[in-house]
Amino acid sequence: MGETPHRSADAGTGGTRVTESHEWPAGASARVAEAPVSTRTPGGTGLGGGGALPRSRKFGAERAFRGLTLAAGTAVLVIIAAIAVFLVAKATPALRANTENFWTFEGWFPNDAEPKFGIGALAFGTVLTAALALLVAVPIALGIALYLSHYAPRRLGTTLGFLIDLLAAVPSVVFGLWGREVFLKPVQDLSVWLNKYFSWIPLFGGDGPFGKSILLGSLVLAIMVLPIITSLSREVFLQTPTANEEAALALGATQWETIRTAVLPYGRPGIIAAVMLGLGRALGETIALAMTLGITFGISFNLIENGGNSIAANIANTFGEANETGRGALIASGLVLFAITLIVNITARVIIYRRREFTESAA
Amino acid sequence: MAKRIEASNVTAYYGAFKAIENINLTVEPKTVTALIGPSGCGKSTFLRSINRMHEVLPGARVEGSLTIDEQDIYHRDVDVTAVRRTIGMVFQRPNPFPTMSIFENVVAGLKLNGVRRKSILEEAAEKALRSANLWDEVKDRLGKPGAGLSGGQQQRLCIARTIAVEPQVVLMDEPCSALDPISTLAIEDLMFQLKDKFTIIIVTHNMQQAARVSDRTAFFSIEKTGDPGRLIEYDNTQKIFSNPSVKKTEDYITGRFG
Repeated sequence: MGETPHRSADAGTGGTRVTESHEWPAGASARVAEAPVSTRTPGGTGLGGGGALPRSRKFGAERAFRGLTLAAGTAVLVIIAAIAVFLVAKATPALRANTENFWTFEGWFPNDAEPKFGIGALAFGTVLTAALALLVAVPIALGIALYLSHYAPRRLGTTLGFLIDLLAAVPSVVFGLWGREVFLKPVQDLSVWLNKYFSWIPLFGGDGPFGKSILLGSLVLAIMVLPIITSLSREVFLQTPTANEEAALALGATQWETIRTAVLPYGRPGIIAAVMLGLGRALGETIALAMTLGITFGISFNLIENGGNSIAANIANTFGEANETGRGALIASGLVLFAITLIVNITARVIIYRRREFTESAA
Repeated sequence: MAKRIEASNVTAYYGAFKAIENINLTVEPKTVTALIGPSGCGKSTFLRSINRMHEVLPGARVEGSLTIDEQDIYHRDVDVTAVRRTIGMVFQRPNPFPTMSIFENVVAGLKLNGVRRKSILEEAAEKALRSANLWDEVKDRLGKPGAGLSGGQQQRLCIARTIAVEPQVVLMDEPCSALDPISTLAIEDLMFQLKDKFTIIIVTHNMQQAARVSDRTAFFSIEKTGDPGRLIEYDNTQKIFSNPSVKKTEDYITGRFG
């Protein structure tokens, strides 16, 4: 009979713990409720004695760790909120002072007494260069990744993969310098040639000068995003379950057919993620574009004439001499860039989500 | 629809390691042949040599001769994909293509062969699924992912996928080892039906299963770890399980080793 009070005392503590934990998310409270059972030790060395269940520890490592992870999770939200508040607070006064339409005006004079600036041309340039860069980089990157993962002898594949990763480590300013000093000449020649024979296509029209153009910027960007997309999709391709590839082979598929039936469909979400990361880098790329684009404010699909600009490049180029309103205007452009990136990411999520029935069972 | 397989002096390597040595056996058309033996004795290696899946692994190679109706499948003019279409394979773990629906899984092999007409594909899919005793269970959800089926259904889906391309021979590498007893029974029943049309070779760890489903049984064994696997005895299943002529076979099937 002497045990009974102990037991009820323990039950009591258990009860309080559960009520306490109601402030936690549902999953957590369920686990807390189970905790006293799972931490019991046979023989009962705790307060209970004589076989009663020991008290659960109030301040154990489990609790501390849960607190830490919660703090880390919250910190992300706080930081994002703080950035958003900062951006909006700084951008609003400049947008109010703008005497032109922010969306349609093609020019950037926020430092004047009557500030005039518009995001249109910049946003257009940003999206155009990034899209062109992906158009060039994605097929090449997927080709390299497939070669490295499925065709190359293992040792060669590893070496080449390592070199590709090295390419990813080259700072963007180096790419910018290289693009402007070395790559400019061949792109210029190519542009002249394109203009000579294909000027009837508006993309390649114009009277020059050629060179520091959307084309040059996009090609440099393409080289920069190539390693990210390559190395991520290579990882994805390598993760294809052997069982799936063997299933295809056993049906009489050739290597390429195996890739088409088993490897590419399995890697689809991963490829999309890799491309989106590449696109993220291309959209946000600053210094390489600031150095290779011709820096004009106009919306034009001409790829080869000197010109082009992007949001990030514009921030880098004009931040130095910007006044209060100028900085506000740049921050507003930053907000737009942020919105573009967000839309891109959401689109990617939607694409992945629509096939979740198939991709989840693939895991 | 079914063909004879003849192996003579088949030896298979993984790099420098010799996995099986000098296997000689003949598999008659429209029979079920079971390959049994302790782990690591090379049954699966031999099975995978028959449809040239062994050589998929880096450094793996096969010596000796393997023929299907007197045609050498390792001849250098032979198209390896044609061999695999003629000799289908079902694997140990059900491996439907995870990104494909049930229907797409069944017709995957036909699509590889260039069949595009929807009516033909639908007809073939129904026929294969019926042969695999799966049609009634999946006919209303052919568009759902194949990986969403139960393990036993997935394995029958894989069998349907294999027989949809109408092979001559079906190889099964421990097809029931990942399944529960009821699904196992369903697949064993299926093998009885399939042997009307196909030559079936099955690797199994389950001796009752070998006794139940097969007409002929081949017992493989190794002397010790690191030695190549050898064919110890090959005979009618009834004889192997009632009155084996080699002592080692008897020890194995009575559970004295392995």
